Amino acid sequence: MNDFTKYLAGRVTAGGMNRREFMGRAMAAGLTLTAASQLFATSAEAQTPKKGGHLKLGLEGAAATDSKDPAKALSQFMFVVGRCWGDMLVESEPLTGKPVPALAESWEPSADAVTWTFKIRSGVKFQNGKTLTVDDVIATLKRHTDEKAESGALGVMKSIKDIKADGGNLVLTLTEGNADLPLLLTDYHLIIQPNGGTDDPNAMIGTGPYKVASFEPGVRATFERNKDDWRSDRGFVDSVEIIAMNDATARIAALSSGQVHYINRVDPKTVALLKRAPTVEVLSTSGRGHYVFIMHCDKAPFDNNDLRLALKYAMDREGMVKTVLGGYGKVGNDFPINATYALFPEGIEQRAYDPDKAAFHYKKSGHSGSVLLRTSEVAFPGAVDAAVLYQQSAKKAGINVEVKREPGDGYWTNVWNVQPFSTSYWGGRPTQDQMYSTAYLSTADWNDTRFKRPDFDKLLLEARSELDETKRKDMYRTMAMTVRDEGGLILPMFNDFVNAASKKVKGYVHDIGNDMSNGYVATRVWLDA
Amino acid sequence: MSNPVETESLPGQRFRERFPLLALLIERMLLSLLLLVAVSVLIFGGVEALPGDFATTYLGQSATPQAVANIRAELGLDRPVVTRYFEWLAGAFQGDFGTSWASRNSVSEQVGNRLGNSLFLAGFAAVISVPLAVGLGMLSVHFRNRMPDKIINVISLAAISLPEFFIGYLLILYFAVNFGVATFPATVYEGMGFIERLKAIALPTATLVLVVLAHMMRMTRAAILSVMSSAYMETAELKGLSAFRAIVKHAAPNALAPIINVVALNLAYLVVGVVVVEVVFVYPGMGQYMVDAVTVRDMPVVQACGLIFAAVYIFLNMLADILAIVANPRLRHPR
Repeated sequence: MNDFTKYLAGRVTAGGMNRREFMGRAMAAGLTLTAASQLFATSAEAQTPKKGGHLKLGLEGAAATDSKDPAKALSQFMFVVGRCWGDMLVESEPLTGKPVPALAESWEPSADAVTWTFKIRSGVKFQNGKTLTVDDVIATLKRHTDEKAESGALGVMKSIKDIKADGGNLVLTLTEGNADLPLLLTDYHLIIQPNGGTDDPNAMIGTGPYKVASFEPGVRATFERNKDDWRSDRGFVDSVEIIAMNDATARIAALSSGQVHYINRVDPKTVALLKRAPTVEVLSTSGRGHYVFIMHCDKAPFDNNDLRLALKYAMDREGMVKTVLGGYGKVGNDFPINATYALFPEGIEQRAYDPDKAAFHYKKSGHSGSVLLRTSEVAFPGAVDAAVLYQQSAKKAGINVEVKREPGDGYWTNVWNVQPFSTSYWGGRPTQDQMYSTAYLSTADWNDTRFKRPDFDKLLLEARSELDETKRKDMYRTMAMTVRDEGGLILPMFNDFVNAASKKVKGYVHDIGNDMSNGYVATRVWLDA
Repeated sequence: MSNPVETESLPGQRFRERFPLLALLIERMLLSLLLLVAVSVLIFGGVEALPGDFATTYLGQSATPQAVANIRAELGLDRPVVTRYFEWLAGAFQGDFGTSWASRNSVSEQVGNRLGNSLFLAGFAAVISVPLAVGLGMLSVHFRNRMPDKIINVISLAAISLPEFFIGYLLILYFAVNFGVATFPATVYEGMGFIERLKAIALPTATLVLVVLAHMMRMTRAAILSVMSSAYMETAELKGLSAFRAIVKHAAPNALAPIINVVALNLAYLVVGVVVVEVVFVYPGMGQYMVDAVTVRDMPVVQACGLIFAAVYIFLNMLADILAIVANPRLRHPR
């Protein structure tokens, strides 16, 4: 460790630098990605957590219609609530995205990655005093497999053919090999409940660091520390209060007046103003979510790859990140994966705005007349602005894009996945495999670019059961290149998660897994009085 | 069947002759009921016509065609609209609004809670704003075209000209963020003490008061002024009554009808029009409940909220009409 990196580590310890800044500078100083990550992790840990206090979060996304059943959790609000009171079998490591043990102590796949054996942690108690057994785990997984439970994890569970116990271990047999199974089990719906929640799915009893003290859907949830928590590295504050705040200005007012310690979904347009407040710190984390312009590969005129390439080169990505995201994001490269995924294929050339190349491919495609792009404010924040920006940049390449603004109501049923060229967004998935399977497999319901390529499908299935990481990474590179150069996806930007906290909040972990420290914000931070 | 109608119409006429006031009131109430039924048709029809579908919105990206079909069948969406309307209407008149599609809880129970919160806020705002508006109205008549009248007018007009969310944000900025004297957010919850509750609703109440004040105040002023120019007010003055006493004793009772009307209209606004204020202040009332439900297409909740809002509006207007009839001698004894 040279002096400069030492200095950086020192600043992290002092709490003055976030992961992004640190990584950027450390890597500029010649450290590798992993080394920098580890250094950041150890420096961040060097702060000693303080116990006690009452933590208040003001979160967007709650509704009076929220269900207490974790299987039906849908909103950002319920995501954090679930992380407070429950645990999954597996968690993902905040910096690398690799699976790490939670209620499953360890796991072992068979050579073909079809049969997996999970050792269930012993000595863990539910908040109702019952001890966790493998039967609770089995009942939970079985409940999520049932169509009637309407579980948000049903898609994940469908790949599991058989769930059974072997002594104290859990044995899962899959329909086909999947090297990513542990990561799939990090899904936030899959909270292990006593007897699988079959007695009362709404009981909100789990093994998490906080017990639910009160819950009023769409209004407020309060928690008290679970004194029997099986982990000592979390749950530092005595009590947590999560208040539903769906109005962006209300959240900012509540944070700047010190009534809450943490808010989510800060609008990039107002970040600059919020930064001026002396007591507030803006927390921006790279994410997997991305904003997209999608073309149907099987519908004219988009069935012509030259036209698709022309439209890809006509996108001013840097401009998009700067204008639409206010700088809180990264440019995209027309495939849905970024460096936050495990096994990210590095070194693929970044596609840049190139009106000449766009004009060349446009001419080659033989298309004439305008191209109709449908958009709406609900597609993603700033989608209409983005469409108009795109219209401008395409014009310089001689391509006439006609922008049609559709009503937000019904956009997801009538326009997205129906019309041949529209704007949309994607949240991330835990693995590359899941992202591609959800939206790029020929048979996927949500194949919103109508990308149908047997060779791609075959590679996807092969990669899924490949346990050799080098080979797997190569496969993912080929797949990324295919989508990038031949698919119907224009991906101008990955959006950062922009949250904000009071400076009293310490120990915030920038988790690449998902927004709000992967939902664990309340269990990971502490208050510095 | 034509005979009984004729015989029945005779006692009906007699009733009308004997109790003209009562007949007028009953007629007015029946009219309100009819209006409510008509509104229910509009609400149900409007909600049916909304684009987007609950099942796909609710399931989001996990919606498989099978799951969507399951949900639609389970909710009975495959049955004809007319059947569903009458079932819903029958339930609604017995106070049963069905179960929420999204949370599967009883709508009536949830609505009860939220309506209580909304009425608490609206009631409190009314308790402050109505006497204040009428009082200020009288005051500005007393000082008409002089400085106090002008100040009251300018301030109340300024308040009504600003959109309510803006007033809300201004109050939050100054009283919660800059001075730190007021409680924000205004979230109330079960088991909260009464005093705490009052503290929590201080800012939203202030916003609502500012919004409705000007309308009521100006109507009071105009109504009293028009009475002031009548002959009996001159008599009162000649009798040697003080100006303020003349306003309170003689002018105000005669100006009551228009004032009651505008007060009722504003009360109705306080209950049904506070959606934006509730969202801005994070107050768990009916408005926010309805907004949440619309977002996920939770139709039973949307319909219940719509119907309750309509009922409140119709009821308050009916009450205003009845009070106006009772207060007005000319309407009390129609020719």
